[in-house]
Amino acid sequence: MSATFLGIPPFPEAARAAVDDSRLRHNLRKATHTIRDKRGAVVTELEEDWERLRSEGAAIKSHTLRHLDHYLEQLESSVERAGGHVHWAADAAEANAIVTRLVQATGETDVVKVKSMATQEIELNNALAEAGITAYETDLAELIVQLGDDLPSHILVPAIHLGRSQIREIFLDQMAEWGVAAPEGLTDDPRALAEAARVHLRERFLRTRTAISGANFAVADSGTLVVLESEGNGRMCLTLPETLISVVGIEKIVPTWADLEVFMQTLPRSSTGERMNPYTSTWTGVTPGDGPQEFHLVLLDNGRTDVLADTVGRQALRCIRCSACLNTCPVYERTGGHAYGSVYPGPIGAILTPQLRGMSSEVDEALPYASSLCGACYEVCPVAIDIPEVLVHLREEVAAGPGHLGEKAMMKGAEAVLGSSHALNAAQHAAGAARNLVPRHLPGMAGAWTDTRDLPDVPAESFRQWWNKHEKGQS
Amino acid sequence: MSTSRERVLARVRAALTDVPADEPVVRPVERPYADSHGMGAALEVLEDRLRDYKALVRRVPADRLAEEVAAALERRGASTVAVPEGVDADWFARTGAERRPDSRERPLELRELDGVDGVVTACAVAIAETGTIVLDGGADQGRRAITLVPDYHLCVVRADQVVDGVPQAVRRLDPARPLTWISGPSATSDIELNRVEGVHGPRTLEVLLVE
Repeated sequence: MSATFLGIPPFPEAARAAVDDSRLRHNLRKATHTIRDKRGAVVTELEEDWERLRSEGAAIKSHTLRHLDHYLEQLESSVERAGGHVHWAADAAEANAIVTRLVQATGETDVVKVKSMATQEIELNNALAEAGITAYETDLAELIVQLGDDLPSHILVPAIHLGRSQIREIFLDQMAEWGVAAPEGLTDDPRALAEAARVHLRERFLRTRTAISGANFAVADSGTLVVLESEGNGRMCLTLPETLISVVGIEKIVPTWADLEVFMQTLPRSSTGERMNPYTSTWTGVTPGDGPQEFHLVLLDNGRTDVLADTVGRQALRCIRCSACLNTCPVYERTGGHAYGSVYPGPIGAILTPQLRGMSSEVDEALPYASSLCGACYEVCPVAIDIPEVLVHLREEVAAGPGHLGEKAMMKGAEAVLGSSHALNAAQHAAGAARNLVPRHLPGMAGAWTDTRDLPDVPAESFRQWWNKHEKGQS
Repeated sequence: MSTSRERVLARVRAALTDVPADEPVVRPVERPYADSHGMGAALEVLEDRLRDYKALVRRVPADRLAEEVAAALERRGASTVAVPEGVDADWFARTGAERRPDSRERPLELRELDGVDGVVTACAVAIAETGTIVLDGGADQGRRAITLVPDYHLCVVRADQVVDGVPQAVRRLDPARPLTWISGPSATSDIELNRVEGVHGPRTLEVLLVE
């Protein structure tokens, strides 16, 4: 319940610890490569249509963002016409206050939750706990993370950093405190663990009368909300309770019902590498006699309009949270999700988090550098977000800020040396002579560079020296 | 209207000063992508995809549907089944299983639903390429809860309800209705990426494809 990303050190420091964890690296490697291969197979199946769907997806989202005010108002009226209520939240505190008030109005102190990035971002569970309301996560991985007082490490498979024996321990230790206990003699067989979760959660699903969800898409013209999932916990939360509260980022809008035909093809294939996820639920306001009879939509800004204002960074708001960029990223594969210090890890997290939070901390200033700029993330992105472009753009912003005076002084010095052949010659002679004295890590300000990179060996002589000795005068 | 609403909308508008005022708000409908991807005859593709999800599938001639429903329920050992009130009663002409009718007006209690052996429904649309069956809450498909809580779902899909690709399905569906898209039984891969069928939804999905 209390786990929070606050207090996680900046990326280089957090990554070093993660890279030293061999079990974590093994789990991550297996997971990312498995999903990546499956994705490749089902994407190839659509042949050249994949690129057309990809660019159409990008075009739909870009268009929506350019007219977001129009589509927000349209969504609001569609949802209200269908019997839902719409609330607006400028920031996390406001969203948390709205949800808390809505839950209190139901008279309930327990709520069930569908996995939702937006509610993790605003740390809704902590806010509800302060008001005496317990929020129960129902996605299997989120349940594991919640019972283990841990943090999610992947957008799609949040408990990917844990092995089956760790999960068994968490279930045996914690399930009884939260509800139905784990069965005696529980093994670490994934089927047994999933069965324990089924039994533990079913009792809760059947008696809890209020649910909280996010949404993958919100359709402006019809007022329809859409949730994709696999386990059925989403369906349980979205249909059995009497009251449903959905917290949805303002960037989740698509203009028309027909637009879903693009994303229902690209999202499952990109995220789990399946042709289609096992369950998708759509609902439009309330349906008398079927599902929740009270529906609240909370539209969340929380920094999104700041991202929108940046014409280069804006494209990050196209993200449909598929996590393909995580699974293909060589940096994520080695560090895992926690190192990014945010609910949004991996390449998308490296551009989204600092923009949402405003690069006011060391953690956020480090994130645009958490990449080798290899471009694999852009290649797989189903809405063609040019993540490397945004990374470089954000690095410019960090470099222009006050935090990198040392780097600027070094560049000034380098400019003086590189600008004069005499100075360069002298420097190269000096470096060659002193090559055995060079430490693995540089001292002082320059140390930050060698903290995350191996210092290259200094050659015994420069190319010019070598040329003068061997080749000069031979031609 | 609340001040937060005005504040968020004002921020959105302030963020979009680069967008020309005369830029059209509506996009032309072009659909540059395909309706489907030519993967084969719809029924064969659907059957293949469903089996891939470990759903049970049977192709049945229309005049033998009652026998096949009875046989499926018997194989499953299902003696009580939830049934939406709008389902054709002829489907159950050969089975001895006890039917518990459900409708929006006369819904079964949740605990009762939790106690039945299975549920039998029709569908609205099926998508061959993705192995997806869509329920739209129609009278022969019922409330969303009835296909969720029981552990066994027997779904009858008519050949004329099967389309090749996702865009064709989206065009047939009415967004005003609550929809459930089902692609195989409930499944998770959250534990070391091992696929386990049946976490919360039905662990067994059986499909009768009526030709």
